[in-house]
Amino acid sequence: MSTVETPVAPAPLTRKDFASPVAIRWCPGCGDYSILTAVQGVLPTLGIPKENFVFVSGIGCSSRFPYYMNTYGFHTIHGRAPAVATGVKLANPDLQVWVITGDGDALAIGGNHFIHALRRNVDLKIILFNNRIYGLTKGQYSPTSAVGTVSPSTPFGSVDQPLSPVSLALGAEASFVARTSDNDVKHMTEVFAAAAAHKGTALIEVMQNCVIFADKVHEPYYGRQTKQDNLLYLKDGEPLRFGKENDKGLVLNGLGLAVKENPADGEVVVHDVKDPSGTLPFLLSRFTHPDYPVPVGIFRQVERPTFHDAAKAQVDAAKAKTAADLGKLFNSGSTWTVTAAEAN
Amino acid sequence: MLPSSSPVSLSGNAKSTGKPIEERDSVTIRFAGDSGDGMQLTGAQFTDASALFGNDLVTMPDFPAEIRAPAGTVAGVSAFQIHFASHDIKTPGDDLDVLVAMNAAALKANIADLEVGGILVVDLAGFGEKDLEKAEYRSNPLQDGSLAGYRLIEVDITAQTIRAVEHTGLKGRAAELCKNLFTLGMMYWLYDRPVEHTLTWLQTKFGPKTKYKDKPEIAAANQAALLAGFNYAETVELFASSYRVKKAQLPPGTYRKISGNEATVFGLIAASQKAGLEIIYGSYPITPASDVLHGLSRQKHFGVTTFQAEDEIAAMASVVGAAYGGGLGVTATSGPGICLKSEAMGLAVMTELPMVIIDVQRGGPSTGLPTKTEQSDLLLNMYGRSGDSPLPILAARSPGDCFYMAYEATRIALKYMTPVVLLTDGYIANGSEPWLIPVPEDLPPIPTNRAAAKAAGTGEFLPYFRNPAPLARPWAVPGTPGLEHRIGGLEKAQQTGKISYDPENHDAMTRERHAKVAGIARDIPAQTVEGDASADLLVVSWGGTYGAVSTAVADCNNNGIKVAHAHIQYLNPFPANLGQILGSYKKVVIPELNMGQLRLLISGVYGVPAQGINLVRGKPFRVSYLVDKFERIVKALS
Repeated sequence: MSTVETPVAPAPLTRKDFASPVAIRWCPGCGDYSILTAVQGVLPTLGIPKENFVFVSGIGCSSRFPYYMNTYGFHTIHGRAPAVATGVKLANPDLQVWVITGDGDALAIGGNHFIHALRRNVDLKIILFNNRIYGLTKGQYSPTSAVGTVSPSTPFGSVDQPLSPVSLALGAEASFVARTSDNDVKHMTEVFAAAAAHKGTALIEVMQNCVIFADKVHEPYYGRQTKQDNLLYLKDGEPLRFGKENDKGLVLNGLGLAVKENPADGEVVVHDVKDPSGTLPFLLSRFTHPDYPVPVGIFRQVERPTFHDAAKAQVDAAKAKTAADLGKLFNSGSTWTVTAAEAN
Repeated sequence: MLPSSSPVSLSGNAKSTGKPIEERDSVTIRFAGDSGDGMQLTGAQFTDASALFGNDLVTMPDFPAEIRAPAGTVAGVSAFQIHFASHDIKTPGDDLDVLVAMNAAALKANIADLEVGGILVVDLAGFGEKDLEKAEYRSNPLQDGSLAGYRLIEVDITAQTIRAVEHTGLKGRAAELCKNLFTLGMMYWLYDRPVEHTLTWLQTKFGPKTKYKDKPEIAAANQAALLAGFNYAETVELFASSYRVKKAQLPPGTYRKISGNEATVFGLIAASQKAGLEIIYGSYPITPASDVLHGLSRQKHFGVTTFQAEDEIAAMASVVGAAYGGGLGVTATSGPGICLKSEAMGLAVMTELPMVIIDVQRGGPSTGLPTKTEQSDLLLNMYGRSGDSPLPILAARSPGDCFYMAYEATRIALKYMTPVVLLTDGYIANGSEPWLIPVPEDLPPIPTNRAAAKAAGTGEFLPYFRNPAPLARPWAVPGTPGLEHRIGGLEKAQQTGKISYDPENHDAMTRERHAKVAGIARDIPAQTVEGDASADLLVVSWGGTYGAVSTAVADCNNNGIKVAHAHIQYLNPFPANLGQILGSYKKVVIPELNMGQLRLLISGVYGVPAQGINLVRGKPFRVSYLVDKFERIVKALS
């Protein structure tokens, strides 16, 4: 009989294990700090060995994030992080891969990679820092800037229509789509934890404040004074109510939703993250301030096969069926032999 | 297997008519027809039959970029050329001994390559008024005397085919489609090829285990057409004689036919097995590289994962990610793809991760000539990235050589922790030749630079610590305890890999990246010289022109014109002794299918004033063209 070794449980990880000694170079007051805090708080709770976390980022202020995590990290190139991260996950499906990106990185230069990562459902956790401005290149307007945004590249105001990251993600068949805000660590923590637990691509838009180039851009709806009447906290299975007194609700209005004061209980639409048609999450994603409350929380969360699992299943099935025999490969098809006698 | 209902008997190879059989050392045939006429299939079958018979051979498919260009037009002509011989050959042949033209457009597009006195087989059904009009012939070339210099064989192949397959129940257009097999049968008779292989192949392709299982008449009709063509050639005495090309004297061993793209796939898989790594192949479909994607996607049992990305950029980025994640990252593309990949290739250079990038070159710039060959991406791969961004570049010289160069590219990538570019081209990628099958056990092992796990408290891990000899950094793969570190596209501090904007450090790191790639020169075979080493003229070539250049050099030397030849397979770095070789000749000539890219490198690196021979016609060099050029240059030297 062999001796039985008692496995020694490694000491549980703490927030400190994920803090990097590198000096953080975000501007004082930047919303990125609290996102870092929330992520560093969530990781130790996931039961995943530290060496199995990988943070992949693109280019932009947010994309410096991996340097501030004491995990494996890859600061890649502008817009391509989802594609790099897909390769990482394919090479080693045991890794938990997080993608850190911003509104310019993910939605402008990286738009194509963003939608295809969501469509494929590779198991990536994408945190999109949406400050509605280009920070690192010094303040140009972004794909999420409101029409009329005055910036160095649009001195007379931007003229193009912004897009909603959440609507885009839903349109791209994302299986997990959520929104949270940099001024609410508790809410971020809940959303990140749910994303980490989700099997498939998770997109989390974080409304993030750039103190230098777009300060208070989200303030009208997520500020301490404003949020109770302007944010709609999405909770699966619960009625879509909001307001200081919880006195407002969303009711059906034709093919859409309308805000109603003091609605009757049965009248208020109940949130369903698994809505098979995807219609309710999409309707909610269209809500913008000031016409509607801005929804935060999980819009959609459905289970479907992930790309890397399906791809790996094909490889595993092929391996189980056929031996990896180079000789057989080389000799496949028609062959002929030249003997020494013939060659002479 | 023969269809039991076949009304025609198999004559096999026993010529019963007692027609003379003439010996030939080598023959070049081109099958040309409309894109939908099945010329590629016909050529491939003739190739298989010749390979199994034991000839040496080289093939060259030539097809339009459009899947179905307007039928009957010159733009829609698809052709397949095969050169087969009783001796060692390296080119698809210059002039044609036989041209098969299935319609007027095929004749027009190809007749210039048929040698005077050559055999011209035409399908009369393809020379109607409309066919002539679509091919923009003012008069019927079959009747206006313009073909008087050739041995014209006119057969209504279409009508004969329809008659031959009638008993199978196949009618109309479906019956007509068998005409390529009828043509193939005629050629099998003319060159004394066995028909059995093709009969069996048809049974497999259209047999009961395929989607044609409910249509047994398809296999039967194609087989009947093949045999009918064979028998027709014999019975009607179409040709004055038939020909025999004896087996080639190849080195002993087991052979198969292989194309460059197939050999690339095999080489990558062999390398991954020998390195103990699994291939992650990230790719976007592009002519002429897509067959590498198709080939690898069928070999999943070797642990191959293929990822068809949303674009070339993502394909390259995924390969960088895969390399970071511990896989053997590989991608293949063509010039337009390299343009898009260059950004992520730069990231791979900066992060010093191992991967193989294959550029199957085609005519450029821009979309250029997707289905035609060229070797004009050398400088793109050498310099087409931001900053000083060196990476090793290798080039395969023949279809079978793609195997060894893919293997070698993988070895260098893993040993030196660097992206490696392997250049092939449309000609060797799609062309095929007999390949002496290697013994897997004889292939050398491929070590990697994987870093082992590190216990806590044993000091800082240094992701950019270089080992002294290859100057490679450790491959610290996520999932390995104790090696957590951050890398990226920003400049790294020496050893620690932390972000550094320090001028001294950037200068040092730039030099380290250069020194690492330059040092590979000590680890590759010395440059060899073929031909007559005592010549005044040294011909320097690279890549897919090897066959034409080496044949031309041999022809010159056989004719008493002394020429030496150095064919370069390592383009960055160059072999260590190349400079010394270049300096030993009175004159250096560099033939290239571009406007002088290697010439620019050679003159830049060695200060050697070389003369270029440059053609960009989307086709390989003709041997006779090079012989003529070399002879003139040698004569001018004396």
